[in-house]
Amino acid sequence: MTDTIAAEKAEALVTGKIDELLSGYDPSMDPQEFWGRQYDLGLAWVQYPEGFGGLGVSPKYQSIVQRRIEAAGAPTWNRQINLLGIGMGAGVISAHGTAEQMRKWLRPMFTTEDMWCQLFSEPGAGSDLANLSAKAVRDGDEWIVNGQKVWTTLAHIAKWGMLPVRTDPDVPKHKGITYFIVDMEADGVDVRPLYQITGEAEFNEVFFDDVRIPDEYRLDDVGAGWRVSMTTLMNERVAIGSRSLPRGSGSIKDAIRAWREYEHDDPALRDELTRLWAEWEALRLTVERANQMRKAGIPGPEGSTGKLAWADLNKAITAFSVELMGWDGTLYPGGYELHRPTEFEDSGSPQRNFLRARANSIEGGTSEIMRNILGERVLGLPGEPRVDKDLPWKEVPRG
Amino acid sequence: MADTPRVTFALTEEQEMLRQTTRQFLEDRVSPTVVRELMETETGFDAALWQSGAELGWHSLAIPEEYGGAGYTFAELSVVLEEMGRALFPGPFLSTVVMAANAIVLGGRDSQKKELLPGIAMGESMMTMALFEGPQGATTDDIRMTAAQDGEAWILDGVKKNVLFGHVAGTIVTAARTPNGLSLFLVPADTGGLNAEHVPTLDATRKQANLTFSGVRLGPEALLGNEGTAGPVIDRVLRLASVALSLEQVGGAQWCLETSVEHGQTRFQFGRAIGSFQAIKHRLADMLVSVEHAKSTAYHAARIVDDTDELLVAAPLAKSVCSEAYLRAASDTIQILGGTGFTWEHDTHLYLKRAKSTSLMFGGVRHQRRLLAEALGL
Ligand SMILES: Cc1cc2nc3c(=O)[nH]c(=O)nc-3n(C[C@H](O)[C@H](O)[C@H](O)COP(=O)(O)OP(=O)(O)OC[C@H]3O[C@@H](n4cnc5c(N)ncnc54)[C@H](O)[C@@H]3O)c2cc1C
Repeated sequence: MTDTIAAEKAEALVTGKIDELLSGYDPSMDPQEFWGRQYDLGLAWVQYPEGFGGLGVSPKYQSIVQRRIEAAGAPTWNRQINLLGIGMGAGVISAHGTAEQMRKWLRPMFTTEDMWCQLFSEPGAGSDLANLSAKAVRDGDEWIVNGQKVWTTLAHIAKWGMLPVRTDPDVPKHKGITYFIVDMEADGVDVRPLYQITGEAEFNEVFFDDVRIPDEYRLDDVGAGWRVSMTTLMNERVAIGSRSLPRGSGSIKDAIRAWREYEHDDPALRDELTRLWAEWEALRLTVERANQMRKAGIPGPEGSTGKLAWADLNKAITAFSVELMGWDGTLYPGGYELHRPTEFEDSGSPQRNFLRARANSIEGGTSEIMRNILGERVLGLPGEPRVDKDLPWKEVPRG
Repeated sequence: MADTPRVTFALTEEQEMLRQTTRQFLEDRVSPTVVRELMETETGFDAALWQSGAELGWHSLAIPEEYGGAGYTFAELSVVLEEMGRALFPGPFLSTVVMAANAIVLGGRDSQKKELLPGIAMGESMMTMALFEGPQGATTDDIRMTAAQDGEAWILDGVKKNVLFGHVAGTIVTAARTPNGLSLFLVPADTGGLNAEHVPTLDATRKQANLTFSGVRLGPEALLGNEGTAGPVIDRVLRLASVALSLEQVGGAQWCLETSVEHGQTRFQFGRAIGSFQAIKHRLADMLVSVEHAKSTAYHAARIVDDTDELLVAAPLAKSVCSEAYLRAASDTIQILGGTGFTWEHDTHLYLKRAKSTSLMFGGVRHQRRLLAEALGL
């Protein structure tokens, strides 16, 4: 009984705030100003405490917020612009940060005034993130960071970076890591573009040369960086694997368009297209089901399969779309122009999408690693032999 | 059905020598840096390199001796094609030496052969064929352009798409419908009314152009052979081009396999070489199987090209099997290399782009399987 009363109150609270937000909405308003008001009204992520962009209610009410804002035609694309911040960083800061840290970082992240990047991978530490070797040494109230990160998406426009580094090389690899937030404008941070097979440089290599980070920018305890990194990766994989799309949208839409545009009628091709459509729809329904269960607090195996399934299927569908184009598929409209995008370029020609999709089974954890995780953590199968788990980090073989 | 012809797969001593000198030359002269430089240009070839290849005898291998060639067979040419695929050789070799030369050998009058083939053999000519007008062009049925007769002259109007090196070739062997069927015309690039426009390609190492014919007027000598007889010639050239691409694909796929295996041995994660993880080891073992299968079909096809009946099976067999093997090898190589494989800087993407575009040329995998089914009476 009291539960229902609480629920009714929570819903009334949320609806009231939405009314307030939308009554003051004017389509000519700067989106950043709108997102600022959304944050201040507690509608950024309703489950967070008041004063931090939330109302302290169940996260399930967030979908009402999204739906109403969309229906009003107000801007909702801040998440897309600042995916690494809003999709991953926010969850990490709220789970591991102090109230002061939340106050400092969450609002400008939500409004997209401050862009974020994820400084995890290194030349020697990709799948094996815990092997990272960029290091920080304490100096009074500061830490001095040296080392290199790689494949850092949008580092060239980011204000803040999520940065796990080694602070103790004498203990096993998972234990000697500490997690910082680094100001990308600080002295000694050098961001250089890395061009991808599409010619775009979404990602970068980032060099740290005696970069000073105040101790207030440390998330969680010294040596707790692995735990914080895991929260980040879980958020990332959920963010990638839980995007819910309307039926028939995404890459399958390109395939269907190509089928029609090129007036195909071959039964074998039709069967292949339909097979891909069916797999895509099965994925979509699974994401939908997983999202509902997650919100209801009953996470199941369906919540972990999305990233893996999406990666392999998106690769297959984008390849098929180009196949449907015949000779046109051998062209590359506009040619390859090496450039540095200032936001995620989500789509382009089918040929460009085919190339970009090759990364889906690498970025955010490779499909091999995702399969290991499903096998070991979801299905409970025995782990692979780990030769390095208990060795001090500095003694691990590196080829 | 007749017995499957048995071929000898082993290379002769002479073929082995050819393989070695070709590989050596390509390693010395066609490094990935050179490939990338040419890829950035609009013409995509290097005159000195082209000439050197001819001096090594590549261009003359399969041209009959009486027309200035060396009089070898497609089997010798196939050795060069495979090595070219491995090195991503840039330039109009396929369009000149495999396509145009064979069209002339098969369809030309004796005087035309005498006039044109020695130039190809010596590396003086660059040629291509303008066949298709639309994205699904793969067989002679897809050729729609007509040549109108005006007294002794022929007038060509229309657009030919996806012409390999069409903006570079000096002579464009162009297919058009004439009163008695299909005909091929020898069109010099500087003919009035002909306009070539370079179009950017997925695989930037192999250039293409769209050719617009606006009242292109040709004399009777432009007709290759006799009017209306080009259908079987084009058919055969398409099959030879498919076999040639299969050999290139095999060379490229083998590079992918070697690159992945090396990475599996040298890249360490979790304190182990990644090739020690079964996920990687098994992927590589599967790649080996499919590359070996691809080789068998391509080598078989290269050795039976003169058996017209068997070629009906062997060409689409090779093109479908090799296309899939190459696509998979290139895609898996990116996966095994991880982030590095997705960079512009690493060469794997050049192979992926070759794999994808060669799989689509002259009819994709499904078209090849359709041809195969027809040949098998299925
Ligand atoms: C487009 C793109 C954007 C990216 N953005 C970011 C970013 O913003 N921030 C960031 O920190 N990183 C980013 N990454 C890096 C990405 O997380 C890594 O590339 C990925 O984790 C793989 O690491 P690696 O490239 O070093 O490959 P490796 O780890 O060296 O893997 C090579 C191969 O070995 C396999 N392998 C490794 N370990 C095992 C195992 N135990 N069992 C079976 N197979 C195994 C892998 O699956 C892969 O096939 C990005 C990558 C891409 C492609």
